[in-house]
Amino acid sequence: MAKILVIAEHDGSILNPSTAKTIACAAGIEGADIDVVVLAADASAVAAEAAQLSSVSRVLTVENAANEHPLAVVLAPQIVSLAGDYSHVFGPSNTFGKDLMPTVAALLGVNQISDIMSTHGSHSFKRPIYAGNVIVSLQAPEDSIVVATVRTASYKAVAGGNSAPVESVSVDVELPTHTRFVGQEAESSDRPDLQTASRVVAGGRALGSAENFDLIYALADKLGAGVGASRAAVDAEYVPNDTQVGQTGKIIAPDLYIAIGISGAIQHLTGIKDAGTIVAINKDEEAPIFEVADIGMVGDLFQIVPELTEALG
Amino acid sequence: MDKILVGLKRVVDYNVRVRVKSDGSGVETDGVKMSINPFDEIALEEALRIKEAGGANEVVVVSIGSSEAQQQLRTGLAMGADRALLVTCDEAPDVLTCARLLLEIVNREQPGLVILGKQAIDDDNAQTGQMLAALWGRPQATFASRIEIKGDTATVLREVDVGMETIEVDLPAVITADLRLNEPRYVKLPDIMKAKKKPLEEIAMADLGAGDSPEIVHTAYEPPVARERGVMVEDVSALLAALKDKGLV
Ligand SMILES: Cc1cc2nc3c(=O)[nH]c(=O)nc-3n(C[C@H](O)[C@H](O)[C@H](O)COP(=O)(O)OP(=O)(O)OC[C@H]3O[C@@H](n4cnc5c(N)ncnc54)[C@H](O)[C@@H]3O)c2cc1C
Repeated sequence: MAKILVIAEHDGSILNPSTAKTIACAAGIEGADIDVVVLAADASAVAAEAAQLSSVSRVLTVENAANEHPLAVVLAPQIVSLAGDYSHVFGPSNTFGKDLMPTVAALLGVNQISDIMSTHGSHSFKRPIYAGNVIVSLQAPEDSIVVATVRTASYKAVAGGNSAPVESVSVDVELPTHTRFVGQEAESSDRPDLQTASRVVAGGRALGSAENFDLIYALADKLGAGVGASRAAVDAEYVPNDTQVGQTGKIIAPDLYIAIGISGAIQHLTGIKDAGTIVAINKDEEAPIFEVADIGMVGDLFQIVPELTEALG
Repeated sequence: MDKILVGLKRVVDYNVRVRVKSDGSGVETDGVKMSINPFDEIALEEALRIKEAGGANEVVVVSIGSSEAQQQLRTGLAMGADRALLVTCDEAPDVLTCARLLLEIVNREQPGLVILGKQAIDDDNAQTGQMLAALWGRPQATFASRIEIKGDTATVLREVDVGMETIEVDLPAVITADLRLNEPRYVKLPDIMKAKKKPLEEIAMADLGAGDSPEIVHTAYEPPVARERGVMVEDVSALLAALKDKGLV
């Protein structure tokens, strides 16, 4: 039987939606018994949220002032000390999980699987490689622990309504002090979060300036959408780095994705391949984005986008 | 610090649209353009800038792979690295083994800093730096967008999902490079000539004794499910109608 430990991602007060998606992946393994661990300075609020998620058997809390900010080298030894009871340890494949899970795996002396997109039994998985141009099937050894990250865009969050027991556990490990959190600049925005938004409007290099990105924001606000961007737009500093969609940015799966002035490089497309409907607006009818777009429109974005925003009323 | 160690992986160039072999046994790499993994190039550029600013005496590049990876190491030397090491093996080892091999190199070379790319664009794993740091028992600073070194510590600005995070690490440490850390320099012809004379040492993987790790077997390769080309619309009202049709507005 698979006994799976899911590492909760949170900011100290709110559980990140990535956790419910990671649990969904774990729950797809037959007979899975799933525990969630919340490592925090004060775990109560986050643990209460995690306890509501369906498929969860128990929520474990590990409280330590050193866990206030998620530093991989601090969290990993604590996770390792709990891992003995489990056949699998899962985290989300985002900057939190990508930073942490290889550290956990190396301390356990096993390889790590990145970006699980589907499970086929307890030790067989599929994942994308080469910017999503190839899907590889993997067989992990049955006699060692599976440490993996889950491609959250491939899963729908498990429902709520559960009331799993919350248990505080203490771990007795020495934590390193060689790595220290200094600060965080979160982009504050009232717009929906890019990774969970059901609609996303994204702009590319064609916008030409940070000011012109207002066109994207205006359309996004009309639609109640999150805002994304290509690497080129981020590199040019039209928008902050946390808006980048793609192989090395965020992998998202909104119901609606509107790509504006984005050519559709493979590195970008891998970030949106699970989107419900892709709309592309581009002045070049040969742009590769049209090969994957459900609805395409050839033309000048500076004309089309204001018109569309206006027409949405 | 005395030395910075940088990892360079030989990968299929990012412009190549890779294909699965017709029998599903792997990815077609015959006759395909190979390059330094773009993130590793950024890692090397950063090491060179630190050295050029007086922060280090030597930059050593290391690759693990077949003897063909000499090409990428030569390019690294042409960019400005002082010395190259190639850990030779016939088949690409798994990530944990790579991290163990790098640890052996670290133990030999005693670098004050190791900079790797945050991920390789072939297998997209994003694991090696973290594994090396864990095995080494030293700090890791992944997805670096800016690095400042002062004495025995490095302050690293990291690109994370919510925005930017700053951490401070004691050296030696492992840092992994993100896209916006810098823009790598172009290699000039005279540098390529000079690089031919720089030392490139080959070490057989077996001689480093990385031990066995539980291997994850790749059982099949397949192309992704392709999205289909949809409809083209002529004007904004047709676009709106198409969206309404799908119940999206
Ligand atoms: C290692 C690596 C990782 C990468 N990771 C990512 C990633 O995660 N995400 C990502 O997005 N990219 C990534 N890239 C970069 C990627 O290869 C492309 O360079 C990038 O996506 C291009 O951005 P763009 O489409 O905005 O710009 P361009 O390719 O320059 O496209 C601009 C488009 O705008 C159109 N256009 C111009 N003017 C107008 C107008 N007035 N109206 C309408 N259309 C107009 C043009 O026809 C063109 O198609 C990566 C590259 C590398 C090497």
